[in-house]
Amino acid sequence: MADTTARRAKLQWGLLNAVVVVFALIPVLWIMSLSFKTPATLTDGKFIPREWTLDNYRNIFGTDQFVRALINSIGIAMIATVIAVVLGAMAAYAISRLDFPGKRLLIGVSLLIAMFPQVSLVSPLFEIERQLGLFDTWPGLILPYITFALPLAIYTLSAFFKQIPWDLEKAAKMDGATQAQAFRRVIAPLAAPGLFTTAILVFIFCWNDFLFAISLTSTERSRTVPVALSFFTGASQFEDPTGAICAAAVVITVPIILFVLFFQRRIVSGLTSGAVKG
Amino acid sequence: MADIVLDKVSKKFPDGTTAVRDVDLEIADGEFVILVGPSGCGKSTTLNMIAGLEDISSGELRIGGQRVNDKAPRDRDIAMVFQSYALYPNMTVRENMAFPLRLAKMDRATIDQKVDEAAKVLELTSLLDRKPANLSGGQRQRVAMGRAIVRQPKAFLMDEPLSNLDAKLRVQMRTVVSRLQKQLGTTTVYVTHDQTEAMTLGDRVVIMRGGAIQQVGPPQELYDHPNNLFVAGFIGSPSMNFLPATVEEGRLRTALGDLPIGDRIRRELEGADAPRELILGIRPEHFEDAELVDEQTRDRGMEFTAPVDIVESMGSDKYVYLTVEGGRATAAELEELAADAGAADFAGAGSNLVTRLSAESTVTEGEDRRVWFNLEKLHLFDPSNGRNLTLHEGRSAGALAG
Repeated sequence: MADTTARRAKLQWGLLNAVVVVFALIPVLWIMSLSFKTPATLTDGKFIPREWTLDNYRNIFGTDQFVRALINSIGIAMIATVIAVVLGAMAAYAISRLDFPGKRLLIGVSLLIAMFPQVSLVSPLFEIERQLGLFDTWPGLILPYITFALPLAIYTLSAFFKQIPWDLEKAAKMDGATQAQAFRRVIAPLAAPGLFTTAILVFIFCWNDFLFAISLTSTERSRTVPVALSFFTGASQFEDPTGAICAAAVVITVPIILFVLFFQRRIVSGLTSGAVKG
Repeated sequence: MADIVLDKVSKKFPDGTTAVRDVDLEIADGEFVILVGPSGCGKSTTLNMIAGLEDISSGELRIGGQRVNDKAPRDRDIAMVFQSYALYPNMTVRENMAFPLRLAKMDRATIDQKVDEAAKVLELTSLLDRKPANLSGGQRQRVAMGRAIVRQPKAFLMDEPLSNLDAKLRVQMRTVVSRLQKQLGTTTVYVTHDQTEAMTLGDRVVIMRGGAIQQVGPPQELYDHPNNLFVAGFIGSPSMNFLPATVEEGRLRTALGDLPIGDRIRRELEGADAPRELILGIRPEHFEDAELVDEQTRDRGMEFTAPVDIVESMGSDKYVYLTVEGGRATAAELEELAADAGAADFAGAGSNLVTRLSAESTVTEGEDRRVWFNLEKLHLFDPSNGRNLTLHEGRSAGALAG
């Protein structure tokens, strides 16, 4: 009796999971399928292409436009991620460990930033960046990305720091470490899973951004891939760029997947086990 | 190697609470001192102030004759063992123990040699390449000690290092700690809430309550000559029996009968402001089955009859719980002790007397038994301030003393 209920529960969960996975994956698979189709069969409505081709991929890598955007995207997202994680780690450490005046205010303000609708900031940012000469430059995108990624970074990281037993830091101090040494040699290695998790989240945020990227850039100099995609046209105005756009979409998901897979191996739970009596 | 002196050291927290009040303590070079008391008595705060992990609000702390109030922990050259062990989980045992040496910028060969030496002393040699997660509680505890001894600091501070171990291992580790301290001869301050550890380990024991020191002395002295009700009740297991007593016509009226009072106590109680109501304290081992007491000893004490509630045979002796008439003794100190033992809301009717009788006693549960007790070992306390009235020049002479 209990056995059958357990099996039924398992079945129900399995079904539910399958629905979610299919729901999430079908559009991705559809795009992949489109990217391998020839222009003639693009609209035939078949899930599996009748004629396979790599022309779309050849085309996008043949254009300077896409390659340049890819470089912009990677560079901007990486720099923003590194800066946001480093700053976020320091802020989160202070929030989780120290009692300083204005701590609640700091947390409140960072929450406020996270809640602020980004759309409403686009025109002021556009004006400011034009005045400062940051418009259509890498820093012009990196700065707003850091601003919006920091609250996220601070929140995730302070949760991780709070899990690390404070005794470890005291022990390090007793063993002769300065505050900085204690952080670098004891706390930071233990917070590594948190740092990697945050890095992934921030990277994905920067990588996927379209709003800022389209408003604060105007040329290939700093245009990122999501924006470049929207500017894709065919070789002539009669050519349908759908296949090329799909190929580009597939290409830009690859770095994200690699990034997650690479860091996932480092996100091992239970890194602090054995530190203190559990 | 150094002595540690606390001179009127106090700790006030920003919210206004005073955790430690005017603590004066001189710890000699090489001495093993235990800070003991119920939770919240300020013992850990005191230790953290010595370590430098807490600021000192007022007073002076000297280590090796040098004022260290404003020095960072790393500049005090003392090592600490934490209750939680606080091992670095990302490092192997060897790296854990080498950590303080690496921070001190020693060369590799010296570090290896020192770690190997410490590992040998603590029998950790075979575990050096393991991570803390793969060690048992006792092994982790030893690694934590190894990390402390490896750099030969001026002093060791231990914050309840054994309280996370199970009972059997704790007894074993107690002897390890004791032997290690004797072997190294390093000044050690050890915090515990376990009075057995306090009694067995230290050269001297400091009993704290509410942030203030109650009494400082060798364990046996605290046991035999407690300064006040709190110390008397805290030290000893099973703890001292307390009964209310009234002074009437030069005698002491108690549930055990009317007791004679010696001249000195009588004089003290004759004063106008002298208390009428006292608390009588007797340790369990100062009772004996009246049948087993020889003539000579009989004269030093008195006998009474009481119904036997429970008999616990320990093999070597018997713990016999007797029910006696009258209420229980009340004082702030006793309530605090009961609360610490978690028994504040668990009190039977009447007074229960714990006695420790010889194993030969034929006492059985439910019967009325005649029991003898030693008058020379009685303590009398003033319930208003807890002071031990039987103490004379620091010695307890019993209620009979002339």
